[in-house]
Amino acid sequence: MNSCKEYTVVGQTRPTEQATGAGPLPDERGHFGIYGGRFVAETLMPPLNELNEAYQKYLKDPDFQAELDADLAHFVGRPSPLYFAERLSKQVGGARIFLKREDLNHTGAHKINNTVGQALLAQRMGKKRIIAETGAGQHGVASATVAARMGMECVVYMGEEDIRRQAINVYRMRLLGAEVVSVTSGSKTLKDALNEAMRDWVTNVDNTFYIIGTVAGPHPYPAMVRDFQAVIGRETRRQIMDMAGRLPDALVACVGGGSNAIGLFYPFINDTDVALHGVEGGGEGIDTGRHAAPLCAGSPGVLHGNRTYLMEDSDGQIIETHSISAGLDYPGVGPEHAWLKDTGRAQYAAVTDDEAMQAFHQLTRVEGIMPALESSHALAHAVKLAAGMDSDKIIVVNLSGRGDKDVHTVAALEGITV
Amino acid sequence: MSRIKGRFEELAQQQRKALIPYITAGDPQPDVTVPLLHSLVEAGADLLEIGVPFSDPMADGPVIQAACQRALEHHVTLHQVLDMVTEFRTTDATTPIILMGYLNPIEVWGYADFASAAATAGVDGVLTVDMPPEEAAALSAELGRHDIDTIFLLAPTSDEQRMELVSEVASGFLYYVSFKGVTGANRLDVASVGDKLQELRKHTALPIGVGFGIRDAESAASVASVADAVVIGSVLVGKIAELAERPTDIPAALSATVADMRSAIDAA
Repeated sequence: MNSCKEYTVVGQTRPTEQATGAGPLPDERGHFGIYGGRFVAETLMPPLNELNEAYQKYLKDPDFQAELDADLAHFVGRPSPLYFAERLSKQVGGARIFLKREDLNHTGAHKINNTVGQALLAQRMGKKRIIAETGAGQHGVASATVAARMGMECVVYMGEEDIRRQAINVYRMRLLGAEVVSVTSGSKTLKDALNEAMRDWVTNVDNTFYIIGTVAGPHPYPAMVRDFQAVIGRETRRQIMDMAGRLPDALVACVGGGSNAIGLFYPFINDTDVALHGVEGGGEGIDTGRHAAPLCAGSPGVLHGNRTYLMEDSDGQIIETHSISAGLDYPGVGPEHAWLKDTGRAQYAAVTDDEAMQAFHQLTRVEGIMPALESSHALAHAVKLAAGMDSDKIIVVNLSGRGDKDVHTVAALEGITV
Repeated sequence: MSRIKGRFEELAQQQRKALIPYITAGDPQPDVTVPLLHSLVEAGADLLEIGVPFSDPMADGPVIQAACQRALEHHVTLHQVLDMVTEFRTTDATTPIILMGYLNPIEVWGYADFASAAATAGVDGVLTVDMPPEEAAALSAELGRHDIDTIFLLAPTSDEQRMELVSEVASGFLYYVSFKGVTGANRLDVASVGDKLQELRKHTALPIGVGFGIRDAESAASVASVADAVVIGSVLVGKIAELAERPTDIPAALSATVADMRSAIDAA
């Protein structure tokens, strides 16, 4: 794997020396070391301040938290099970592999944990209209779902290319009453959908709440989305203690923007004996340049409101990404992951399209669980890790979503029309 | 004294308002830009705003997005934009030049090296759309070392606290975004702009330019009645798009528009 180039910003030192967990991150302006922050046009600064104030207030508000907990239990279906994949573990012949079953959540992925939280916040803030960007469509569906439930207007921006790849999710969103806007600029994928959602927000900022689906964007989004997703890691801690009597040796999750990974990792950040592995979309292979792995093969820069690792050229233009998985097809990554990489607290690797496909088939056939192509990347890496570990070791994989939405993609690869 | 400050002082003495046209560098092709800049000055531009093409121009509407794409098809880089400024300066040493764009190309170059190269080329101000004052200290310091002004935006959403914050760090002039939205939208309301500018002047002595949504001589004149400078972008870039296949016609067409606005502003 390529190492990332050395980097400093004038007046700031590279954050490698500072111990992880030394203080709560991000700082009050949203910085994780040199990463994160708030890089947006002035028009959006006051609404971001307003959002941050509301978020800080309701984070500590018992009524808000009680309502959130009730929604997570009765609407989302939490806690999601932690499942021991016994046959898969035996087949691999190494560490015991457990799956955190976020695929069993309402709407089929972890994305709903965050949209339920942000929709409650939108309601408290008196916003009547929700906008969202989506890549694989899971966040779009999760946003359309909470909007339907709360009687809010919902507009979802989605790249034209992703609309083609994820037709079922597009139709689900429309059934839920959302307007899906096809974004035809740039690479016609998630990054362009995000640009367009930002343009909508700056135009309709008075009545609109922008639900960002991942741990990226301007402060407070990376911290807020992390906090809403951290329920994954909190449950996992309790469940693995019940099932195995100890903490796991390693956690593995796929990383597009990085919300399911941070959600799993965050409650374990200070448990330094628990290894954290993030898995990026390796596309056709890192060497080919056709991938979606900014942490493995990108460099720091500023995009979509935060400083983080990006896929960019030597002139700072954002370059197109390639991944079989629409949910990983993004040139940036959440700033907290950039920080975790630089501090060495988490390791990041890339898994190719082919490896992910193999893992998809393996889990489907061996455990009767059809994973999303995003989650298949995490599985593929976990299987590699497990094979090199003793059988008394424990790996938890975040099975962040179910694979139903990908059936057409898988079929097409095998030359089958469904 | 910076060229920007000097130009605004001259204009104030003449009791005239500044006209600042914007074009994207390298749109529709690189060899058009420098001659076009000279024509804009001849037609009555007081300052020039040069857009640095970026792949993800989040604050821009479709017209300027398309301009960025046309320029990027020719792989126009920030280095080349500075080369264009250098070339422009060989025959125009006085018209202030402001680069307008997004932070990432500057991030990747490195703040200190960019600031030094920009100064050598003859850049007078840098407006980075996605760099609010909270994130600006490091770049502003480097630009300041070379007497390049850091231009900041204010918007209809800016409250008194932000007016104060921005006024503290801004130099050259303040750029007031006339409405909530992206460039090129048709939402200009001059009365509300006037109200906001009155408020803003309590916090700053800097000249205030207004941009976004100014599409013709009439709206230019009307904005000039409340502002110190009128910035026009999408209307010019839209004409460039129409003439992309006939690039030699672009300077005359844009000059005509700028000259119209110039007379309307001066007559008001």
